[in-house]
Amino acid sequence: MILNQFLMLAAVLFCIGVYGVLARRNGVLVLMSIELILNAVNINLIAFGAFHDTIAGQVFALFVIAVAAAEVGVGLAIVLLIYRNRRSVDLTEINMMKG
Amino acid sequence: MLENAWVIPALPVLSFFIILFFGKRLPKGGAWVGVAAVALAFGLSVVAVGQWISRPATLEVATHHGSEGEGQTVEGDDPAHGAAEGEHDAVREPVRREVTWFSNGPIDIKVGTHIDGLAVAMLFVVTTIAFAVHVFSTNYMADDVRITHYFAALSLFTAGMLVMVTASTTLLLLFGWEAMGLCSFMLIGHWWEKHENSSAALKAFFTTRTGDIGLLVGISILFFAAGQTFDIATLNEAALTGAISKGVLTVGAIALFCGVIGKSAQFPLHTWLPDAMAGPTPVSALIHAATMVVAGVYLVARVYGVFWEGFNIAAGGVNLGAVIGGVTVLIAALLAFVQTDIKRVLAYSTVSQLGYMVMALCVGAWTAGVFHLFTHAMFKGLLFLGSGSVSHAVHTFDMREMGGLRKFMPTTYKTFLVGSIALAGLPPLAGFWSKDEILTGASAGGFPIMFWMGVVGAGMTAAYMTRCVWLTFFGEYRGHGHPHESPAAITVPLIALAFLAAVAGFLNAPGVGLFGDWTNNAVTLAAGVEHHAFSPFIAVTSTLVAIAGIGLAALWYVRNAGPHGITERNAAARAGYTFLLNRYYLDHLYTDGIVGSIKGPIARAAYWINQNVIDGIVNGVGIAARKAGNFTYDILDQGMVDGAINGSAAAAGAGGGFLRTTQTGRVQQYAAVLFAATAIFAVVLIVVTI
Repeated sequence: MILNQFLMLAAVLFCIGVYGVLARRNGVLVLMSIELILNAVNINLIAFGAFHDTIAGQVFALFVIAVAAAEVGVGLAIVLLIYRNRRSVDLTEINMMKG
Repeated sequence: MLENAWVIPALPVLSFFIILFFGKRLPKGGAWVGVAAVALAFGLSVVAVGQWISRPATLEVATHHGSEGEGQTVEGDDPAHGAAEGEHDAVREPVRREVTWFSNGPIDIKVGTHIDGLAVAMLFVVTTIAFAVHVFSTNYMADDVRITHYFAALSLFTAGMLVMVTASTTLLLLFGWEAMGLCSFMLIGHWWEKHENSSAALKAFFTTRTGDIGLLVGISILFFAAGQTFDIATLNEAALTGAISKGVLTVGAIALFCGVIGKSAQFPLHTWLPDAMAGPTPVSALIHAATMVVAGVYLVARVYGVFWEGFNIAAGGVNLGAVIGGVTVLIAALLAFVQTDIKRVLAYSTVSQLGYMVMALCVGAWTAGVFHLFTHAMFKGLLFLGSGSVSHAVHTFDMREMGGLRKFMPTTYKTFLVGSIALAGLPPLAGFWSKDEILTGASAGGFPIMFWMGVVGAGMTAAYMTRCVWLTFFGEYRGHGHPHESPAAITVPLIALAFLAAVAGFLNAPGVGLFGDWTNNAVTLAAGVEHHAFSPFIAVTSTLVAIAGIGLAALWYVRNAGPHGITERNAAARAGYTFLLNRYYLDHLYTDGIVGSIKGPIARAAYWINQNVIDGIVNGVGIAARKAGNFTYDILDQGMVDGAINGSAAAAGAGGGFLRTTQTGRVQQYAAVLFAATAIFAVVLIVVTI
């Protein structure tokens, strides 16, 4: 089995995700980019799991999916509330926590 | 009874508390409680006397050269004494009973009773006189406003003396001694509404305190010298066996003797005693006859080993105690001639007789001194109560307003006469025997000066008592009102004491010698105190001198012979008379000389020191404290402590302000930092693992 292709795919996805998180201004898209990062990690986990012939990687991947679902739930709820208050989900405008 | 002798002092203590707490609610202010307690103590004392006399002489005492028994020896003793002392080898063993009061480290401080012949004799004397005085007081003080306090103090006074005479340690002895000092203050100042009475009480208290300083010092010295024990028997033994060095004993004896001088009114601290007449007359009788003043004499007799060695009595010649005693005999007797107050005559007579006792003890005539204490208590108690009876009738103590009272008060007159003759030392009454023994002891003990002082004193005693009796009971009545004989509560004690004063002397008369046998003890035996044989020459001499004294006084006052009015005509005689009237100016010396000098220069010096040294120190400390405070405030508190706190706060603020700039609130910036940091750590991790 060739591990490199999976790792490359995961690395590409991870970089796309990081780019999305850092560069996109839309809150929803940032959340989606975070999903990309998490899924890149999932690919890694499953690839290594298959490579080492163990199911631990798949278990962790399922675990990450579950946590990611919860995270997206909370994140979307926050974005929804921000939208309701400001009619915008532009992250650059949301700096109320400035010290 | 001898084992349980503590009951005897305990009874008056009990009565003191009962009278103090319940006296006001009892009939007659609780007087009868005091009388009953003292009567019971008297009865028990008589029992104790009987038991002591019937006690077999079992204690073997080596009198000389360290033969068997207690092993007590006297260095440098004369071998010739041995044969004469042979029959006194065995004495009655003292009955001791002690409990530990408290322990301090390895030292057990004990209290207890030490009952020997001396203690038993004193118990008898004290309770006899106290009983007579209590009965006398029930009538004499019946109308007094503070009769409750009077009887309470009287009980405590008696208790103090009884504690003292039964004490087995010097500490307990001191306790009784001081209790008496307090009670004498309360009783002398009983009628304190008059300023002179309270002054007299203060004077008595302070004068005896002056001597008590010496007593305290002496007891402390001897406590350490005897191996950290207050026990009197141990102390005597240590003194006589040479366990304590001669120098320490001398210092200790002199210090103790200071207490004796104060308490027993010896020259030069005798001045308080005549002023103590300010108290009620029964109190005077108690103070003068049985308690208080004889406490000092008792102390000398009790710790005789210390005095014997400390004053080097065996050597004869002169010593401090004998000189003080002899001088006291003479100067007090002289003063008795110029007094017009009957109680003051008796007071100076007491001082003089105390001088006899101290002199007797300090010339080695131990038995004679104690015996004189015994007989003197009887006739002096009688004389004081007699003077109280007189004043009860004529309401004054001034003899110039008396006279001719023998017709009005026959019982008082007769008893007073018995007491006077006993005091004058005419045979066969009590005073003769004891005084004769003292003179014999002084003569045979190698103290010729003290012998002649005693002889002269005997003549003077007889003369001033003649004057006193004459002015009081003979001639024409010079006062006002109608004198009358006193009631039975007053005359019965007089008669009882007159009987004792008449016969007490026979106890130790030549050929009888019972008193000497009963009071014989290990201390005097070990010291080698001699019992001198009766000397007819001395007896005749002292009797003749006494008769001569009476005769001269009778010539002067009765026949009106002699150079009357010489004090007006002759400057020297007038000067002497004035000198006596002013009591040798001793009171002036004390009040103006000593107290005045303390009040003046020393007070000013103390003021100067106060202003300059003490205030200087105080102010200096204050200024220094203020400076230190300023320094602390400015430098330490404001500068360093606050600086550190403010500095740390400012540093925290600055750090916060710097960190604040990173807190932009822009979530993507945070994420960028997060990923950058992760990347850096990843690189580091890779580098480290490779």
